[in-house]
Amino acid sequence: MNINATLIGQAIWFAVFIWITMKYVWPPLQKAMADRQAQIAEGLAAAERGKHEQELAAKRSADALREAKEKSADLVAQAEKRAQQIVEEAKGNAKVEADKVVAGAKAEIEQEVERAKQQLRERVAELAVAGAEKILRKEINASAHADMLVALKQDL
Amino acid sequence: MSAEGGLTTTGYIQHHLTNLTVCSDAARDAAGHCHGFWSFHLDTLVISGLLGIVFFGLMAKVAGKATSGVPGGLQNFIEMVVGLVDQQVKDTFHGKSALVTPLAITIFVWVFVMNAMDLIPVDFLPLAAGAVGIHYLKAVPTTDPNLTFAMSITVFCIMIWMNLKVKGVGGFLHEVFSAPFGIKLAPVNFIFRVVEDIAKPISLALRLFGNMYAGEMVFILIALLGIWQLPLALPWALFHILIITLQAFVFMMLTIVYMSMAAESH
Repeated sequence: MNINATLIGQAIWFAVFIWITMKYVWPPLQKAMADRQAQIAEGLAAAERGKHEQELAAKRSADALREAKEKSADLVAQAEKRAQQIVEEAKGNAKVEADKVVAGAKAEIEQEVERAKQQLRERVAELAVAGAEKILRKEINASAHADMLVALKQDL
Repeated sequence: MSAEGGLTTTGYIQHHLTNLTVCSDAARDAAGHCHGFWSFHLDTLVISGLLGIVFFGLMAKVAGKATSGVPGGLQNFIEMVVGLVDQQVKDTFHGKSALVTPLAITIFVWVFVMNAMDLIPVDFLPLAAGAVGIHYLKAVPTTDPNLTFAMSITVFCIMIWMNLKVKGVGGFLHEVFSAPFGIKLAPVNFIFRVVEDIAKPISLALRLFGNMYAGEMVFILIALLGIWQLPLALPWALFHILIITLQAFVFMMLTIVYMSMAAESH
């Protein structure tokens, strides 16, 4: 144990090394470690956020899918309904048209019948007259029985 | 035993425990030995200084390039050591001070590397120094009480400064005279406080010095056993790794505790 001036020298060394540590070692290391801690915390938070976001997106996409399905089902139903309507309409139109055609045809037929009857009437009268003429040529005068013939024509 | 065959056992031990001392001619006696306060242990000064410069320089270099990204191996190691010390400071010291953590880091690292000089076989450095004409060399700086007292007295001064800074001169004096028995027993309190505070640096210095000196002594005694030193030196060195770390840790820890006591009012 001999204490001497080495004490002073060692105290100076000690002070110098404390100063180096205080100025050049500890602050940058502390900063680097704190920064890294912050970065890790941030990364973890970001991962958590991303996970949450992803869950939300999955929910949103499921929602959108369901909505689209509903919409498309609606559209299909509407289209079917419309097609039915068109078919119904077409059926109705065709019926009306057909009825018209039928009615037209019937009217024409009637007219034709009427005309044929008319002609027939005229022809029947002529034939009757001609027949009667032939019969009556021998017995009666045509002019004498004209009134009766006209009355007959009216009855037909 | 080393190649210095002409030495007796006592001479060998004494040779190993003698510092390389320099002083002015006025302080030298007829035999060339230095006496009085104004002489220097050159080996202690140079070895502790070199170790400090190398390790704190390395730490400063790594810290200067420290990245907050993925740290390299060396940065990672230094961060681990520094983080361990910082954790101790955080657990024990509750005040706010930019000085305590660097102080604790300095103590732990410096005392550890100086203690670790003990693991170099006892004859290596003295023989190497002898080969270049240096006749005395005590390789482990912490076996020199000058070093341990220099550190503990510095810690003591910082402790007093911390007391004054946190409590003010009035607060500090009030604490000195009134704790723990109240102001009526001021002289008793004062004596208690003086004894308590003086004991701190003395116990710090003597604990480190005593442990390292004793460890070094055992290494020297083992080295005297001739061929038998081979099976003995290794276990003692392994065991000594524990003491080296423990003493560095204890010195650091007590310093933190003293600082925290200085920063808290009673």
